[in-house]
Amino acid sequence: MAKKNRRKRKQRRIVIALIVFATLELLQPTGVYSGSYGLWIEFAAFLVPYLLAGYDVLAKAWHGIIHRQPFDENLLMSIATIGAFALVFFPESEPHMAEGAAVMLFYQVGTLFEDYAVGRTRRSISAMMDIAPDHANLLRDGELAVVDPSEVKQGERIVVKPGERIPLDALVVEGESQVDTAALTGESVPRAVEPGVEVVSGCINLTGAITAEVIKPYGESTVQRILELVENASEKKARTEAFITRFARYYTPIVVLSALAIALVPPLAGAASWSGCVMSALIFLVVSCPCALVISVPLSFFGGIGAASRAGILVKGSSYLENLSHVETVVFDKTGTLTDGTFRVVAVHAEEAYDPDLLLSYAAHAEAFSNHPIALSVKESYSGVIDQEQIDHVEERGGKGVSAHVRSHTVLVGNDRLMNDAGIIYRTCEVVGTILHVAVDGEYCGHIVIADVLKKDAKQAIDDLHAAGIRRTVMLTGDHERVAAAVARELGIDEYHAQLLPQDKVSYVEDLISAASGKDKLAFVGDGINDAPVLMRADVGIAMGALGSDAAIEAADVVLMDDKPSNIAQAMRISRKTMGIVWQNIVFALTVKIVIMILALPFIGIATMWLAVFGDVGVSVIAILNAMRCLALAKR
Amino acid sequence: MRKVIKLDGDICANCAAKIEDKIGKLDGVNSVSVNALTYKFTLDASDDKFEDALKRSIKIFDDIEPDCEVLA
Repeated sequence: MAKKNRRKRKQRRIVIALIVFATLELLQPTGVYSGSYGLWIEFAAFLVPYLLAGYDVLAKAWHGIIHRQPFDENLLMSIATIGAFALVFFPESEPHMAEGAAVMLFYQVGTLFEDYAVGRTRRSISAMMDIAPDHANLLRDGELAVVDPSEVKQGERIVVKPGERIPLDALVVEGESQVDTAALTGESVPRAVEPGVEVVSGCINLTGAITAEVIKPYGESTVQRILELVENASEKKARTEAFITRFARYYTPIVVLSALAIALVPPLAGAASWSGCVMSALIFLVVSCPCALVISVPLSFFGGIGAASRAGILVKGSSYLENLSHVETVVFDKTGTLTDGTFRVVAVHAEEAYDPDLLLSYAAHAEAFSNHPIALSVKESYSGVIDQEQIDHVEERGGKGVSAHVRSHTVLVGNDRLMNDAGIIYRTCEVVGTILHVAVDGEYCGHIVIADVLKKDAKQAIDDLHAAGIRRTVMLTGDHERVAAAVARELGIDEYHAQLLPQDKVSYVEDLISAASGKDKLAFVGDGINDAPVLMRADVGIAMGALGSDAAIEAADVVLMDDKPSNIAQAMRISRKTMGIVWQNIVFALTVKIVIMILALPFIGIATMWLAVFGDVGVSVIAILNAMRCLALAKR
Repeated sequence: MRKVIKLDGDICANCAAKIEDKIGKLDGVNSVSVNALTYKFTLDASDDKFEDALKRSIKIFDDIEPDCEVLA
C-alpha cells in the first residue's frame, strides 16, 4: 500500500512541476527574462520546477555519493541538469536553464511511466496466476464448515460446489461434474469427473457439486507447487540477462570517464570552447543510462514465462526459455509421450465366415476374469454385455493365452504359441501390435490386434517441430524394434532407437549432446515418471502431463501441464519470440544511444539535450512497451 | 538456510543487480537474488552466518536504494 501512495504523491508533484514549467515558458515572450538581470531571474525561476520535480533525484545522488555507490542514473541526471544550469556562469554560452529543468521533468515523467508499465506487467502475470483457492468447504461430522485450504488435512472430505475453485488435490467420492482445467493446462474443453477420479487443485468445478477426499495437504498441492515454480522462475537468470547486468556494471563508469574526457581535454588543448564541450559531456551522460536494457530484458523474460504458463507450459527459469530457443534436436520418449500409454484394440480381423462382433464377443467372454492390460482392452472394446452365466472352465495358459467354454463352445484366445500347441493354423498380420488369435471349437476364426495408440496430436507435434526448423527428431523407446519403426514412420520421426534400457537412453542423449555443435541445444521430452535421469541430462528437459506427477515437476526444466506433445512447438515459438524481443531491445537501445553519443561529440555537436532525454527515458519506454508484447504471446 | 523476504518500495533493475552483486560477496552467502519485478529478495546463507548476512544485506539495500525497504 505504501508503494501506491508514494507513487501517487510523486505523480502529483510532477504534474505541478509541469504546470509551473509551462507557465514560465509562456512568460518568455513578455520579456521578463530580457532585462539586465533577466538571466538571473530566469535562472531562479526555472530552479522552482526543477527542484520540485527533481529534489528526490538529487537527494538520491547525494546519498549515493556519501555511501560510495555513485554511478547510478540519479547521479547522471543530477550532474547533467546541474551542469545545464551551471552554464549560466559561462558568459559566452547560450543559457540552458529551461533545458535543465525540462530534462529533469521528462526524466521523472519517464520513470513514472516505467513504473506504471512494469507494474502492469507484474499485475497481469499475477492475474494469470490467480489460481490460488481462497477457501475450502470442509465436511466435518456431517456439517459443512468454510475453512482456509491450509487447515484441511489429508484424508478429510471437502465439498466443491459448482462455480467454485477446487481447493486441494482430492479424489472424488460422490457426485459427477465437469471441471475447467484451463487455468492450469490452457485446455478449454472441460474434463468430466465422477467418483474414483482425481481432481486437481486450481481447477474450477463447473456443473455439479462433488464430495472429495483430500489426498495431499495444501502445502504440497499442485496449485502451491505451480505458484512457487512460476514465482521463482525469474531467479534462474538467462545468459543474456546476466550479460546485460555485467555489461551495465562496466558501461556506466566508462561513459562517465569518457564524458569527463570530452569536457576537459579539447578545451584544455585549446581545440574547442568550454561550454560546447561541457554540453557534449552532459548529453553523453544523460543518454548513457543503461536502464532501457537492464529493465526490459528481465521484463521480456518475465512476460514470456507468464505467457507460456497461460498456455499450460511451465518454464522453470529464464535460462531454460533461452535454451529452448536454441533447440535443434528434440528427443522423445515413446510410451506416455507420443502414445497414450494404454492398450487398445486397433483392429479385428475375422475370417470370412465370421462376424467380427461375434469374434470380439468370444474373446471378451474368455478373458472375462482376467485383469491383464490386454484382456482389459479387449473387454473395453466389446460393446455388448458380458454374461458370466455363459462362461465355464476358464483356464489360464501362462504366457500363451486363455482357454474357456463360452456358450458350450471351446474358445482359445492367445498368441502364436497357443495356436501352435493346439495345432491350429493361423494367419499372420500386417498391423503392428500384439496379436490375439481366436479359435472356436478347434477352428481358426481370426485375430484381434492390440496396440498402444498414438496421441491425437502426436503427428501434429512432429510436423510443427519440423515446420519450426528443428533439424532432428529422435525417438528412444524400450519397446520392440517393429513397433518403434512403425510409430517413427507414421509420425515422420527422423530416427529411432528401440529396445533401450533407461541407462541406454541417458548414454544416447549424451552422445547426441556431444555431437551437437556449439550453441545448438537438445531437448528431451518424457512423461517424467521413469525418465528423470534423461530429463536432467538434456539441455532442456521437458516433462509431459505434470498434473498429479511431482517427479516430473522436480526433474524437468519445462513442464507441460496437459498431455499434449503439440505444446512443445508452442513453447519453442514463445521462447523464440521472447528472445527476438530481447534482442530487438538490446540492438535498438544501444544503436539509438550510440548514435546520439556520436552526434553529441564536440566537433559534431548537433545533438541537443532534448534528444538526449529521448535517448534515455524515451528509449526505455519504447523498450518496455516492446517487452510487454511478450505477455501476449500465449495467443496463437 | 534460505529465506524469501518481501521488499516494499520501488527498486530499479540496475540497483537490484548492484545489490545482488554486493550481497553475493558477503561472508557465508551461498546465493542471493533480488527480483525487481516480483519485489522478492532471496537470501541463502550458511546457518551460523545467516543473521549477520541479513543485517549487512539490509545495510546494502539502504545504501544503494534507500526507497526500498526490506520487510525482514
